[in-house]
Formats: sequence, structure tokens, C-alpha cells
Amino acid sequence: MDFLRPASWEEALAAKAEHPTAVPIAGGTDVMVEINFDHRRPEYLLDLNRIGDLEEWEVGAESVRLGASVPYTKIMENLRGELPGLALASHTVASPQIRNRGGVGGNLGTASPAGDAHPALLAAGAEVEVESVRGSRLIPIDEFYTGVKRNALAADELIRAVRIKKADGPQQYSKVGTRNAMVIAVCAFGLALHPETRTVRTGIGSAAPTPVRAKVAEEFLNAALEEGGFWDNGKIITPSVAKQFADLCAGACNPIDDVRGTASYRRHAVGVMARRTLTWTWESYRGTAARTEGVA
Amino acid sequence: MRVSFTVNGRPQEADDVWEGESLLYVLRERLGLPGSKNACEQGECGSCTVRLDGVPVCSCLVAAGQVEGREVVTVEGLADFAKQRAERGGCASGACGTSLQDAQGWAAQGQDSQTGEGAELSPVQQAFIDAGAVQCGFCTPGLLVAADEMLERNPNPSDADIREALSGNLCRCTGYETIMDAVRLAAARQGEVV
Repeated sequence: MDFLRPASWEEALAAKAEHPTAVPIAGGTDVMVEINFDHRRPEYLLDLNRIGDLEEWEVGAESVRLGASVPYTKIMENLRGELPGLALASHTVASPQIRNRGGVGGNLGTASPAGDAHPALLAAGAEVEVESVRGSRLIPIDEFYTGVKRNALAADELIRAVRIKKADGPQQYSKVGTRNAMVIAVCAFGLALHPETRTVRTGIGSAAPTPVRAKVAEEFLNAALEEGGFWDNGKIITPSVAKQFADLCAGACNPIDDVRGTASYRRHAVGVMARRTLTWTWESYRGTAARTEGVA
Repeated sequence: MRVSFTVNGRPQEADDVWEGESLLYVLRERLGLPGSKNACEQGECGSCTVRLDGVPVCSCLVAAGQVEGREVVTVEGLADFAKQRAERGGCASGACGTSLQDAQGWAAQGQDSQTGEGAELSPVQQAFIDAGAVQCGFCTPGLLVAADEMLERNPNPSDADIREALSGNLCRCTGYETIMDAVRLAAARQGEVV
């Protein structure tokens, strides 16, 4: 095994181009487990810790450009306002020690269906900024996950950053596990209200071969909210609408039975989380809407 | 490969390090510092917790090559680390930190293994002994490093803060209650000093 230690992003891209089999390591919270357990013996480890740019973020007008190695701890501390869904998801990642090292770039690189960040990214709307010596490109988050632990990266590409849309409304995140800390999701659900476009977006984790959106459920809910004038009148969501939304979210799952839970449990739990996160976000939206009206 | 880094305030070198080796392995097997414990090797238990550039991490999940040029504090250096922090003296003399020899020979028993009397202990270590928070002791080093770091950041932690800060450290003996007592005790004593 060789240990490559590029001092800059350009050097890292050159190293990845020269050694496409090199495994990038940043926080190490996935890669080192595989090495410790002898599940993986990569020819090259490509250490990204020396590249300070990867640990920085920029808050723009529309989106946050989040460096691939920004640890979850920093997201929780600094980006709760801009990225509330991702901040909530970050809080559910493992333990303080792991959150101090792990970041969204690693979640995307591993592309496990159980990665905690994915449902929040899907719900908020995001693009993955990847780069190689050939150039840079933005991959829409919906096209990023291509299979179980597979993603749309080419062999010579590295993840530079994620561009996540700044929240324009309430966001929520929910995760089912056996305890609060140190848990791989049995399943997880992210939901974001986007009042500017009058849409709702979702993300489901650990309940299909890849993280997925519940698109049929989103379409149903968008139409129902529009039809009922909910965005304007700020009424509570009709229980039948919430139930139908929950059922459609459960229907968007394609889960398996495994040690963490059964497929039917996952489907059920996703439905419950969908209904709850919708209620929480909508109550929050109504509160804001009512206040705005009051002022006006 | 060779890895040069700072351990407990002193520069150290480890040779013949395998590229896939963890920081934990380097500390235990190459530098002779077995205080950081090797248990789950997957970041679940926190027994191997050390400070890396001040931040608590699982040393089993840090590749050895990643610590080149960086600073690590292990449980063996915790007493000196805490002392220097309390004195806020920086390190003008250049003789701060804990030498490898001292760290290798570090033991909590001092003259009295029950009370720790006579040994150089950090406040959090003394609190663990006083509160009876140590049973088999395997999780203790990781808990000490994590608890000490939390008290540095948050001198007046609520119980929820303590539980959150220690949520990455498993203990199978104590049921955590005496550990909670120990951290509360350390926080209270810290408050008295200030």
C-alpha cells in the first residue's frame, strides 16, 4: 500500500488521475473501518487532510458551497440557519468523535443508502461538485446515487464540495435507530418545504438500494396544497392528505430485510416519519405565515 | 514509512509504519503508549479517544500518515496537559508536555492505588477515582479524554451536555451513573477554583 499525501487540491487531482484506484481518505470513519477489519486493501490511500480548502464553506445568495471535508460538528455549529435539515441530520451522525472527523464528502463517496446526510441533501436540493484533471462538473443530487454504495463519480474524479440550496422554509429530519447515539439508520426521512416555489421535497434513507426521493408523494402533496390554497391560507393539513402523503412515501421505498430491521417495518416507519415531519414543518410554516400576516 | 508528529507536547517519530496502520496502533505498538485502548476498531466504543490538534477523535479511525506534523494528546499526557492549561503558561521554557518515557511509565496509582494520592492526576482523573467511576477501567481512558475536553469547552455542563459529550464512549460496567457523578464532580471543583 502507498500513502499519497497531496499538499494541494491540484496535487490531489493529479494523484487521482495517475492512480485511479486510489481510495480518498478524509475523516477516515468509513475507510479505516474497512482497513481495520481487513475488508479492503487499497493499493493507494489518498489523504485529503492537508487540503484546507476542503474544510471551508461559503454562504452564497442561493446556496451554500460546503467543502467535502467540513466535519459534521462544524455544520451543526455554523450552518443551522442556512441548512437546517442537514444540521439536524448531522446531529444524528454517530458520536462527537465521529462528527469531528466525518463530513458530507465521505457520505457521498461511500454512497451507502444508510448515509445520514443523503435524505437532507435530497430534500433541500443539492449539486455535487466533482473535479478531475479533465475539469469540473456539477452532478444533481438526484443523479448522484447510482446503486448500492455506487455513485456517479468517474475513476479520476474527487468530490470538491456540495452546493446545497439555502433553506427558504422549514426543514425536518427524522431517523429510526435502536438508540440516540452511534446508530446506523434503520431508516431515515428528510423533508423540506420550499415556499418560494410552493413545493415540498423529500429524501428517504436506508429503505431502498440508494437514497431516494418520494417523487409521487411530492407530486401528490404539491397538487393538494395548491388546490386547497394551503400555502396562502396557512390552514392545517387535512389528515386525509397527510395520510395519503405518508402512504405514498412508504410506497416509494424498496427496502430489504436485514439485521437492522425488516422491509415491512421500514415501509411502515417511513410512512410515520413522513407524516410527522410534514406536520412539524407545516406547523412551523403556519407559525411564520401567521406572524407575517399579523405584521402586514 | 516514517511518521513524525507531536505526542503529549513532545516531538516523536515512528518508523516502519505500515500505510494502512491506524494512529491507535502507532501509539500503542510503536510508541509504547497503551493507555488508549483498542476495542472495537470501528469508532463505536470511544475507548481509543485522543485529541488530534485539540479535537477528540477515535484514534483507530485516523490513518497514521494523516497525523504527520500534527499534535496528539493521549490519556498518558492528560495530567500535564490539564496542568499547563490551568496555569495558562504556554510553553516558554520548551520543557512542557510529557516525555515518552514518562508517558510509558505513567500510572494512576501513585503512592496509594485506591485514592490516587501522590500521583499527578488531572482534575477529571481525580474525580473519576473519587466518584468510583472506574470498574474494569477499559473505557476509562477514552472517557477521561472526552470528559476533559468537554469541561474545557463547557465549564458548567448540564446533565444533557455530559451525556451528549460522552455518547461516543461505551462503558459496560458502571451503568454510567458514577461516570456522570465524576464529571459533575470535576465540573463543580473546576468552578470552585475559578
